[in-house]
Amino acid sequence: MTTPQTALAPERRRDVLRQSWSVGVATGAYGVSFGALSVAAGLDVLQTQALSTLMFTGGSQFAFVGIIAAGGLAAAPAAIATAALLGLRNGLYAIQNALFLGVRGPRRVAAAQLTIDESTAVGIAQPEPAAQRLGFWHTGIAVFLFWNLATLAGSLLGNALGDPRRWGLDAAAAAAFCALLWPRLRGRDPIATAVLAIFIALLSAPFVPAGVSVILSAVAALVVALGGTQRPDRPDRPTSDGHGHLVGEGPLP
Amino acid sequence: MTMWIAVLLACVACFALKFVGYLVPESWVSGGRTSRITTLLPVALLAGLLAVQTLVGSGGSLVIDARVGAIAVAIVLLLLRANFIIVVLAAAVVAGVLRALGVMA
Repeated sequence: MTTPQTALAPERRRDVLRQSWSVGVATGAYGVSFGALSVAAGLDVLQTQALSTLMFTGGSQFAFVGIIAAGGLAAAPAAIATAALLGLRNGLYAIQNALFLGVRGPRRVAAAQLTIDESTAVGIAQPEPAAQRLGFWHTGIAVFLFWNLATLAGSLLGNALGDPRRWGLDAAAAAAFCALLWPRLRGRDPIATAVLAIFIALLSAPFVPAGVSVILSAVAALVVALGGTQRPDRPDRPTSDGHGHLVGEGPLP
Repeated sequence: MTMWIAVLLACVACFALKFVGYLVPESWVSGGRTSRITTLLPVALLAGLLAVQTLVGSGGSLVIDARVGAIAVAIVLLLLRANFIIVVLAAAVVAGVLRALGVMA
Protein backbone atom coordinates (compact mmCIF):
# COMPACT_ATOMS: atom_id res chain seq x y z
CA MET A 1 0.00 0.00 0.00
CA THR A 2 1.12 3.59 -0.25
CA THR A 3 1.71 4.47 3.39
CA PRO A 4 4.83 6.69 3.17
CA GLN A 5 7.82 4.34 3.38
CA THR A 6 10.11 6.71 5.21
CA ALA A 7 13.67 5.78 4.24
CA LEU A 8 13.42 2.01 4.23
CA ALA A 9 16.62 0.71 2.61
CA PRO A 10 16.03 -1.36 -0.58
CA GLU A 11 17.49 -4.53 0.93
CA ARG A 12 15.33 -4.21 4.08
CA ARG A 13 12.30 -3.65 1.87
CA ARG A 14 13.15 -6.78 -0.11
CA ASP A 15 13.57 -8.79 3.11
CA VAL A 16 10.18 -7.73 4.46
CA LEU A 17 8.46 -8.43 1.13
CA ARG A 18 10.06 -11.87 0.87
CA GLN A 19 8.93 -12.75 4.39
CA SER A 20 5.42 -11.40 3.81
CA TRP A 21 4.78 -13.28 0.58
CA SER A 22 6.30 -16.55 1.74
CA VAL A 23 4.03 -16.48 4.80
CA GLY A 24 1.14 -15.65 2.47
CA VAL A 25 1.74 -18.62 0.18
CA ALA A 26 2.38 -21.08 3.03
CA THR A 27 -0.65 -20.02 5.09
CA GLY A 28 -2.96 -19.47 2.15
CA ALA A 29 -2.46 -23.05 0.97
CA TYR A 30 -4.39 -24.32 4.02
CA GLY A 31 -7.49 -22.83 2.43
CA VAL A 32 -7.79 -26.05 0.39
CA SER A 33 -8.75 -27.99 3.52
CA PHE A 34 -11.22 -25.28 4.57
CA GLY A 35 -12.92 -25.27 1.15
CA ALA A 36 -13.29 -29.06 1.08
CA LEU A 37 -14.66 -29.22 4.65
CA SER A 38 -17.08 -26.36 4.06
CA VAL A 39 -18.84 -28.01 1.11
CA ALA A 40 -18.81 -31.30 3.03
CA ALA A 41 -20.66 -29.44 5.81
CA GLY A 42 -23.42 -28.53 3.36
CA LEU A 43 -22.47 -24.99 2.28
CA ASP A 44 -22.27 -24.33 -1.45
CA VAL A 45 -19.21 -23.04 -3.30
CA LEU A 46 -20.37 -19.42 -3.19
CA GLN A 47 -21.19 -19.48 0.55
CA THR A 48 -17.79 -21.07 1.20
CA GLN A 49 -16.10 -18.33 -0.80
CA ALA A 50 -18.08 -15.66 1.07
CA LEU A 51 -16.64 -16.95 4.35
CA SER A 52 -13.05 -16.76 3.08
CA THR A 53 -13.54 -13.31 1.53
CA LEU A 54 -15.79 -11.59 4.08
CA MET A 55 -15.01 -13.40 7.35
CA PHE A 56 -11.34 -14.06 6.51
CA THR A 57 -10.20 -15.54 9.80
CA GLY A 58 -9.37 -19.24 9.62
CA GLY A 59 -10.22 -20.49 13.10
CA SER A 60 -13.67 -18.86 13.00
CA GLN A 61 -14.33 -20.23 9.51
CA PHE A 62 -13.48 -23.80 10.53
CA ALA A 63 -15.63 -23.45 13.66
CA PHE A 64 -18.60 -22.10 11.70
CA VAL A 65 -18.66 -24.94 9.14
CA GLY A 66 -17.83 -27.53 11.81
CA ILE A 67 -20.90 -26.65 13.87
CA ILE A 68 -23.10 -26.47 10.75
CA ALA A 69 -21.80 -29.93 9.81
CA ALA A 70 -22.83 -31.26 13.23
CA GLY A 71 -26.20 -29.56 13.63
CA GLY A 72 -27.27 -28.21 10.26
CA LEU A 73 -29.07 -24.90 9.90
CA ALA A 74 -30.67 -25.32 13.34
CA ALA A 75 -27.20 -24.89 14.83
CA ALA A 76 -26.60 -21.60 12.96
CA PRO A 77 -26.92 -19.34 16.05
CA ALA A 78 -24.31 -21.43 17.89
CA ALA A 79 -22.09 -21.41 14.78
CA ILE A 80 -22.29 -17.60 14.53
CA ALA A 81 -21.59 -17.14 18.24
CA THR A 82 -18.60 -19.48 18.24
CA ALA A 83 -17.12 -17.85 15.13
CA ALA A 84 -17.45 -14.43 16.80
CA LEU A 85 -15.88 -15.60 20.08
CA LEU A 86 -12.93 -17.06 18.17
CA GLY A 87 -12.65 -13.81 16.18
CA LEU A 88 -12.39 -11.71 19.34
CA ARG A 89 -8.59 -11.95 19.32
CA ASN A 90 -8.43 -10.11 15.98
CA GLY A 91 -9.88 -7.09 17.78
CA LEU A 92 -6.98 -7.21 20.21
CA TYR A 93 -4.50 -7.39 17.33
CA ALA A 94 -6.25 -4.38 15.80
CA ILE A 95 -5.68 -2.33 18.95
CA GLN A 96 -1.98 -3.22 18.71
CA ASN A 97 -1.72 -2.60 14.96
CA ALA A 98 -3.47 0.78 15.17
CA LEU A 99 -0.39 2.07 17.01
CA PHE A 100 1.92 1.66 13.99
CA LEU A 101 -0.50 1.64 11.03
CA GLY A 102 -2.04 5.07 11.59
CA VAL A 103 -4.97 4.38 9.25
CA ARG A 104 -8.18 6.38 8.66
CA GLY A 105 -11.23 6.17 6.40
CA PRO A 106 -11.34 3.43 3.71
CA ARG A 107 -7.78 2.46 4.56
CA ARG A 108 -8.94 1.63 8.08
CA VAL A 109 -11.66 -0.68 6.72
CA ALA A 110 -9.07 -2.52 4.60
CA ALA A 111 -6.67 -2.78 7.55
CA ALA A 112 -9.45 -4.20 9.73
CA GLN A 113 -10.34 -6.90 7.21
CA LEU A 114 -6.65 -7.91 6.86
CA THR A 115 -6.12 -8.04 10.64
CA ILE A 116 -5.31 -11.70 11.34
CA ASP A 117 -2.61 -13.70 13.15
CA GLU A 118 -0.10 -13.63 10.28
CA SER A 119 -0.29 -9.96 9.22
CA THR A 120 -0.03 -8.93 12.87
CA ALA A 121 2.89 -11.29 13.48
CA VAL A 122 4.94 -10.10 10.50
CA GLY A 123 4.10 -6.46 11.28
CA ILE A 124 5.09 -6.42 14.93
CA ALA A 125 8.20 -8.52 14.23
CA GLN A 126 9.80 -5.58 12.35
CA PRO A 127 11.96 -3.17 14.32
CA GLU A 128 11.17 0.05 12.36
CA PRO A 129 7.66 1.50 11.78
CA ALA A 130 8.00 1.73 7.98
CA ALA A 131 8.81 -1.98 7.84
CA GLN A 132 5.99 -2.77 10.27
CA ARG A 133 3.48 -1.15 7.94
CA LEU A 134 4.99 -2.79 4.85
CA GLY A 135 4.99 -6.22 6.52
CA PHE A 136 1.40 -5.91 7.76
CA TRP A 137 -0.05 -4.85 4.41
CA HIS A 138 1.85 -7.27 2.20
CA THR A 139 1.30 -10.26 4.48
CA GLY A 140 -2.39 -9.45 4.82
CA ILE A 141 -2.86 -9.07 1.06
CA ALA A 142 -0.78 -12.18 0.27
CA VAL A 143 -2.66 -14.40 2.73
CA PHE A 144 -5.98 -12.98 1.51
CA LEU A 145 -5.19 -13.79 -2.15
CA PHE A 146 -3.84 -17.31 -1.60
CA TRP A 147 -6.39 -18.22 1.10
CA ASN A 148 -9.24 -17.31 -1.26
CA LEU A 149 -7.74 -19.07 -4.30
CA ALA A 150 -7.06 -22.20 -2.23
CA THR A 151 -10.60 -22.09 -0.78
CA LEU A 152 -12.06 -22.16 -4.29
CA ALA A 153 -9.81 -25.09 -5.27
CA GLY A 154 -10.81 -26.92 -2.07
CA SER A 155 -14.56 -26.40 -2.45
CA LEU A 156 -14.51 -27.57 -6.09
CA LEU A 157 -12.48 -30.60 -5.02
CA GLY A 158 -14.86 -31.29 -2.12
CA ASN A 159 -17.85 -31.14 -4.48
CA ALA A 160 -16.17 -33.66 -6.78
CA LEU A 161 -15.47 -36.06 -3.87
CA GLY A 162 -19.11 -36.61 -2.89
CA ASP A 163 -19.93 -38.40 0.41
CA PRO A 164 -17.74 -36.67 3.01
CA ARG A 165 -17.71 -39.57 5.48
CA ARG A 166 -16.40 -42.03 2.92
CA TRP A 167 -13.32 -39.84 2.44
CA GLY A 168 -12.87 -39.25 6.17
CA LEU A 169 -13.61 -35.52 5.86
CA ASP A 170 -15.42 -35.53 9.23
CA ALA A 171 -12.20 -36.79 10.83
CA ALA A 172 -10.23 -34.19 8.85
CA ALA A 173 -12.34 -31.46 10.50
CA ALA A 174 -11.57 -32.85 13.95
CA ALA A 175 -7.87 -33.03 13.05
CA ALA A 176 -7.94 -29.41 11.90
CA PHE A 177 -9.21 -28.31 15.35
CA CYS A 178 -6.57 -30.50 16.99
CA ALA A 179 -3.80 -28.89 14.90
CA LEU A 180 -5.14 -25.40 15.63
CA LEU A 181 -5.24 -26.13 19.35
CA TRP A 182 -1.82 -27.80 19.55
CA PRO A 183 0.54 -24.77 19.44
CA ARG A 184 -1.59 -23.01 22.09
CA LEU A 185 -1.06 -25.71 24.71
CA ARG A 186 2.02 -24.14 26.24
CA GLY A 187 1.96 -23.86 30.01
CA ARG A 188 -0.30 -25.03 32.79
CA ASP A 189 -3.28 -22.70 32.28
CA PRO A 190 -3.91 -23.51 28.58
CA ILE A 191 -3.70 -27.26 29.28
CA ALA A 192 -6.07 -26.98 32.26
CA THR A 193 -8.44 -24.91 30.10
CA ALA A 194 -8.41 -27.48 27.28
CA VAL A 195 -9.07 -30.43 29.60
CA LEU A 196 -11.92 -28.64 31.35
CA ALA A 197 -13.39 -27.52 28.00
CA ILE A 198 -13.36 -31.09 26.66
CA PHE A 199 -15.22 -32.32 29.77
CA ILE A 200 -17.82 -29.55 29.56
CA ALA A 201 -18.41 -30.18 25.84
CA LEU A 202 -18.76 -33.95 26.18
CA LEU A 203 -20.91 -33.88 29.33
CA SER A 204 -23.31 -31.27 27.93
CA ALA A 205 -23.54 -32.64 24.35
CA PRO A 206 -26.36 -35.16 25.02
CA PHE A 207 -28.54 -32.49 26.67
CA VAL A 208 -28.20 -29.38 24.48
CA PRO A 209 -28.61 -28.73 20.72
CA ALA A 210 -25.55 -29.29 18.50
CA GLY A 211 -23.08 -26.45 18.79
CA VAL A 212 -24.31 -25.18 22.15
CA SER A 213 -21.94 -27.54 23.96
CA VAL A 214 -19.06 -25.80 22.17
CA ILE A 215 -20.22 -22.41 23.47
CA LEU A 216 -20.57 -23.83 26.97
CA SER A 217 -16.95 -25.02 26.79
CA ALA A 218 -15.91 -21.33 26.70
CA VAL A 219 -16.74 -21.28 30.42
CA ALA A 220 -13.48 -23.21 30.91
CA ALA A 221 -11.53 -20.10 29.85
CA LEU A 222 -13.34 -17.96 32.43
CA VAL A 223 -12.85 -20.49 35.22
CA VAL A 224 -9.12 -20.85 34.61
CA ALA A 225 -8.48 -17.15 33.86
CA LEU A 226 -10.28 -15.89 36.96
CA GLY A 227 -9.44 -18.74 39.32
CA GLY A 228 -6.04 -19.88 38.08
CA THR A 229 -2.52 -18.83 38.94
CA GLN A 230 -1.65 -15.14 38.74
CA ARG A 231 1.54 -15.77 36.76
CA PRO A 232 0.82 -15.12 33.06
CA ASP A 233 1.93 -17.94 30.74
CA ARG A 234 2.10 -15.54 27.86
CA PRO A 235 3.03 -11.91 27.46
CA ASP A 236 0.25 -9.31 27.72
CA ARG A 237 0.70 -8.19 24.13
CA PRO A 238 0.82 -10.35 21.03
CA THR A 239 4.41 -11.40 20.34
CA SER A 240 5.82 -12.54 16.99
CA ASP A 241 8.04 -15.59 16.68
CA GLY A 242 9.91 -13.91 13.81
CA HIS A 243 8.66 -16.44 11.24
CA GLY A 244 5.28 -14.95 10.50
CA HIS A 245 3.42 -16.47 13.43
CA LEU A 246 2.40 -15.13 16.79
CA VAL A 247 3.73 -16.91 19.85
CA GLY A 248 1.18 -19.57 20.79
CA GLU A 249 -1.10 -19.06 17.80
CA GLY A 250 -2.13 -21.62 15.23
CA PRO A 251 -1.09 -21.97 11.61
CA LEU A 252 -4.15 -20.34 10.01
CA PRO A 253 -5.15 -16.74 9.30
CA MET B 1 -32.74 -18.52 9.07
CA THR B 2 -31.30 -19.42 5.67
CA MET B 3 -27.68 -20.51 5.24
CA TRP B 4 -26.89 -17.23 3.48
CA ILE B 5 -28.19 -15.16 6.39
CA ALA B 6 -26.17 -17.26 8.84
CA VAL B 7 -23.01 -16.87 6.72
CA LEU B 8 -23.43 -13.11 6.37
CA LEU B 9 -24.27 -12.54 10.06
CA ALA B 10 -21.15 -14.46 11.09
CA CYS B 11 -19.05 -12.46 8.61
CA VAL B 12 -20.43 -9.15 9.89
CA ALA B 13 -19.74 -10.14 13.51
CA CYS B 14 -16.13 -11.12 12.76
CA PHE B 15 -15.47 -7.97 10.73
CA ALA B 16 -17.02 -5.74 13.41
CA LEU B 17 -14.71 -7.23 16.04
CA LYS B 18 -11.69 -6.47 13.84
CA PHE B 19 -12.87 -2.94 13.06
CA VAL B 20 -13.76 -1.98 16.63
CA GLY B 21 -10.15 -2.70 17.58
CA TYR B 22 -9.07 0.28 15.45
CA LEU B 23 -11.47 2.60 17.27
CA VAL B 24 -10.93 1.87 20.96
CA PRO B 25 -8.01 3.18 23.01
CA GLU B 26 -5.35 0.67 23.99
CA SER B 27 -6.02 1.16 27.71
CA TRP B 28 -9.33 -0.71 27.33
CA VAL B 29 -7.67 -4.08 27.12
CA SER B 30 -4.37 -3.72 28.92
CA GLY B 31 -4.86 -5.48 32.19
CA GLY B 32 -3.90 -8.99 33.19
CA ARG B 33 -7.37 -10.42 33.65
CA THR B 34 -8.73 -9.35 30.24
CA SER B 35 -5.67 -10.60 28.39
CA ARG B 36 -5.79 -13.92 30.27
CA ILE B 37 -9.41 -14.48 29.27
CA THR B 38 -8.80 -13.54 25.63
CA THR B 39 -5.74 -15.82 25.49
CA LEU B 40 -7.58 -18.80 26.96
CA LEU B 41 -10.87 -18.32 25.07
CA PRO B 42 -9.61 -19.79 21.75
CA VAL B 43 -8.03 -22.68 23.69
CA ALA B 44 -11.38 -23.53 25.34
CA LEU B 45 -13.40 -23.22 22.12
CA LEU B 46 -10.96 -25.22 19.99
CA ALA B 47 -10.78 -27.96 22.64
CA GLY B 48 -14.59 -28.04 22.81
CA LEU B 49 -14.80 -28.25 19.01
CA LEU B 50 -12.18 -31.02 18.95
CA ALA B 51 -14.12 -33.03 21.56
CA VAL B 52 -17.48 -32.64 19.79
CA GLN B 53 -16.09 -33.37 16.32
CA THR B 54 -14.25 -36.48 17.54
CA LEU B 55 -16.65 -38.12 20.00
CA VAL B 56 -20.18 -36.78 19.51
CA GLY B 57 -22.50 -38.55 17.07
CA SER B 58 -25.93 -37.67 15.76
CA GLY B 59 -28.38 -36.56 18.44
CA GLY B 60 -25.57 -35.62 20.82
CA SER B 61 -24.73 -39.17 21.92
CA LEU B 62 -21.11 -40.07 22.60
CA VAL B 63 -19.73 -42.54 20.05
CA ILE B 64 -16.37 -44.10 19.32
CA ASP B 65 -15.85 -44.49 15.58
CA ALA B 66 -13.16 -44.05 12.92
CA ARG B 67 -12.70 -40.40 13.95
CA VAL B 68 -11.04 -41.50 17.21
CA GLY B 69 -8.47 -43.57 15.31
CA ALA B 70 -7.84 -40.64 13.00
CA ILE B 71 -7.28 -38.20 15.88
CA ALA B 72 -4.89 -40.62 17.60
CA VAL B 73 -2.78 -40.58 14.43
CA ALA B 74 -3.11 -36.78 14.19
CA ILE B 75 -1.76 -36.38 17.73
CA VAL B 76 1.23 -38.60 16.98
CA LEU B 77 1.97 -36.52 13.86
CA LEU B 78 1.67 -33.28 15.86
CA LEU B 79 4.14 -34.67 18.40
CA LEU B 80 6.46 -35.29 15.44
CA ARG B 81 5.95 -31.63 14.42
CA ALA B 82 4.20 -32.48 11.17
CA ASN B 83 2.75 -29.71 8.99
CA PHE B 84 -0.94 -28.75 9.35
CA ILE B 85 -1.90 -30.07 5.89
CA ILE B 86 -0.17 -33.42 6.55
CA VAL B 87 -2.05 -33.83 9.85
CA VAL B 88 -5.44 -33.07 8.28
CA LEU B 89 -4.81 -35.29 5.23
CA ALA B 90 -3.54 -38.19 7.34
CA ALA B 91 -6.63 -38.04 9.56
CA ALA B 92 -8.90 -38.20 6.51
CA VAL B 93 -6.95 -41.13 5.05
CA VAL B 94 -6.98 -43.06 8.35
CA ALA B 95 -10.73 -42.60 8.84
CA GLY B 96 -11.43 -43.47 5.21
CA VAL B 97 -9.31 -46.63 5.37
CA LEU B 98 -10.80 -47.76 8.72
CA ARG B 99 -14.30 -47.40 7.25
CA ALA B 100 -13.40 -49.08 3.95
CA LEU B 101 -11.96 -52.04 5.88
CA GLY B 102 -15.02 -52.13 8.14
CA VAL B 103 -12.83 -51.87 11.26
CA MET B 104 -14.67 -48.81 12.64
CA ALA B 105 -17.85 -47.10 11.47
